[in-house]
Amino acid sequence: MSDFTPNEMMTIAAARALSNDDVCFVGIGAPSAACNLARLTHAPDITLIYESGTIGTAPSVLPLSIGDGELCKTAITTVSVPEMFRYWLQGGRVTVGFLGAAQLDKFGNINTTVVGDYDKPKTRLPGGGGAPEIASNCGEIFITLKQAPRAMVERIDFVTSMGHGKGGDDRAKHGLKTKGPTMLITDLAVWKPDPVSKEFTVATLHPGVTREQMQESCGWTIRYGDDLGETPAPTAEELEVLRDLNARTKAAHGG
Amino acid sequence: MAKICSLAEAVESCIGDGDVVAMEGFTHLIPHAAAHEVIRQGRKDLTLIRMTPDLIYDQLIGMGCARKLIFSYAGNPGVGLLRRMRDAVENAWPKPLEIEEHSHAAMANAYEAGAAGLPMAVFRGYIGAELKRVNPNIKSVTCPFTGEELAAVPAIRPDVTFIHAQKATRRGDVLVEGILGVQKEAVLAAKRAVVTVEEIVEDFDDVHPNACVLPSWTVTAIAHVPGGANPSYAAGYYDRDNSFYIAWDKIASDRDAFTAWMKENVLEAGPDIFAERVKGL
Repeated sequence: MSDFTPNEMMTIAAARALSNDDVCFVGIGAPSAACNLARLTHAPDITLIYESGTIGTAPSVLPLSIGDGELCKTAITTVSVPEMFRYWLQGGRVTVGFLGAAQLDKFGNINTTVVGDYDKPKTRLPGGGGAPEIASNCGEIFITLKQAPRAMVERIDFVTSMGHGKGGDDRAKHGLKTKGPTMLITDLAVWKPDPVSKEFTVATLHPGVTREQMQESCGWTIRYGDDLGETPAPTAEELEVLRDLNARTKAAHGG
Repeated sequence: MAKICSLAEAVESCIGDGDVVAMEGFTHLIPHAAAHEVIRQGRKDLTLIRMTPDLIYDQLIGMGCARKLIFSYAGNPGVGLLRRMRDAVENAWPKPLEIEEHSHAAMANAYEAGAAGLPMAVFRGYIGAELKRVNPNIKSVTCPFTGEELAAVPAIRPDVTFIHAQKATRRGDVLVEGILGVQKEAVLAAKRAVVTVEEIVEDFDDVHPNACVLPSWTVTAIAHVPGGANPSYAAGYYDRDNSFYIAWDKIASDRDAFTAWMKENVLEAGPDIFAERVKGL
């Protein structure tokens, strides 16, 4: 097995979470890389949807924006944005939403709006875009981000998109029938929510990762699952396909 | 019937100070040339509506044309933040900017409600989301049939909508192809609509019967501006200039660099420079 970076491990572990039958609403950035890696490896028939209205898209390079021309050219169909959000997302046609996060708490609530106070922000982030309704209307949610104490915090500054809220049955109390976050894939581990409390607990550590590294890069006290395992290392094929995809993308966007 | 005229004339006759303005195009077909003309003509106190403010509103805000921004995702897609908008929100430069923030689903529904002549949009949204707390225009209604509580936002009804499209006919019908965004809804929701196009053709006889066509009588003015969406793109004509989106991050990060860029490329330029820019894209 050749060497791999934590970022590559994150993208590969995230791609493995998707299946061939999924209809996946793809967030830009890390989720987009994972979703397309899944399509180019074990899930060739996966339906990838971007919020620009492109359904069943198969780009040869990763798009810089959610509306790059490549997405439309390779899609089965392209619908208007109101139709995308009304018929397809709200209509319950999407099995998985794949989201990134600027700030995340242990219940999978996401902040991409502001750091600090909303009216006097320390940092104004881009905002929610499609995420608030992706988080509530998709069958389940996968989240991917790089671990950092600034990113994984005890309390997020603003709830852009609801995960498990205050934990337990809080989603049901809000009238939600969808599952919410069921997996968190970081550069160090794969996490799953505790069946009762809904707090993210570590399911597998990526090869070579220590508990010290985990806690140093996470702002809440980490819990580990009883049957903690190790994430299988990337295969040669996974690495090759991912590296080719990244090289093509870099060449296309003038790197 | 739409009037085919110069971009300067279209902007002069269709938009005034203080107007509520939508310039739409979801990553694709963003009407950059039209926005530059609005800046050149010095319009001010505008309420700007756009799902993704993008570079086009970063420029209008940085040049002091806006009083308020209604939006749902204020990033430079795939690159980072909108630095001129951020400077306005955080430091009131060059002037204070009021913001009204929504989700994409809310704005898409609100445009559709505007086109449909309804006062508000109803959808299943904002559940557990904190924007409700900071935006008084996000309310809820109870379904009279099922009792379900649903989100409600006011319809979007712009004074004027600007879009860019691939083609118009000489009689003023407009064809939009590829990623359609909310352009049809934004035009039908507005009192006036200005369209810049890549090409003016005799007819649409070779176009598929279900294509997205805005009939001449739904549009106020049309200007022929080849390349007018750059650095966004026009499917079938030129690609998105992703390297410029990346370069913009540096230009917009500094007030002086921004001002110098706007002077050279907007204030002292005209719509004809766009055709040159898209050569090779």
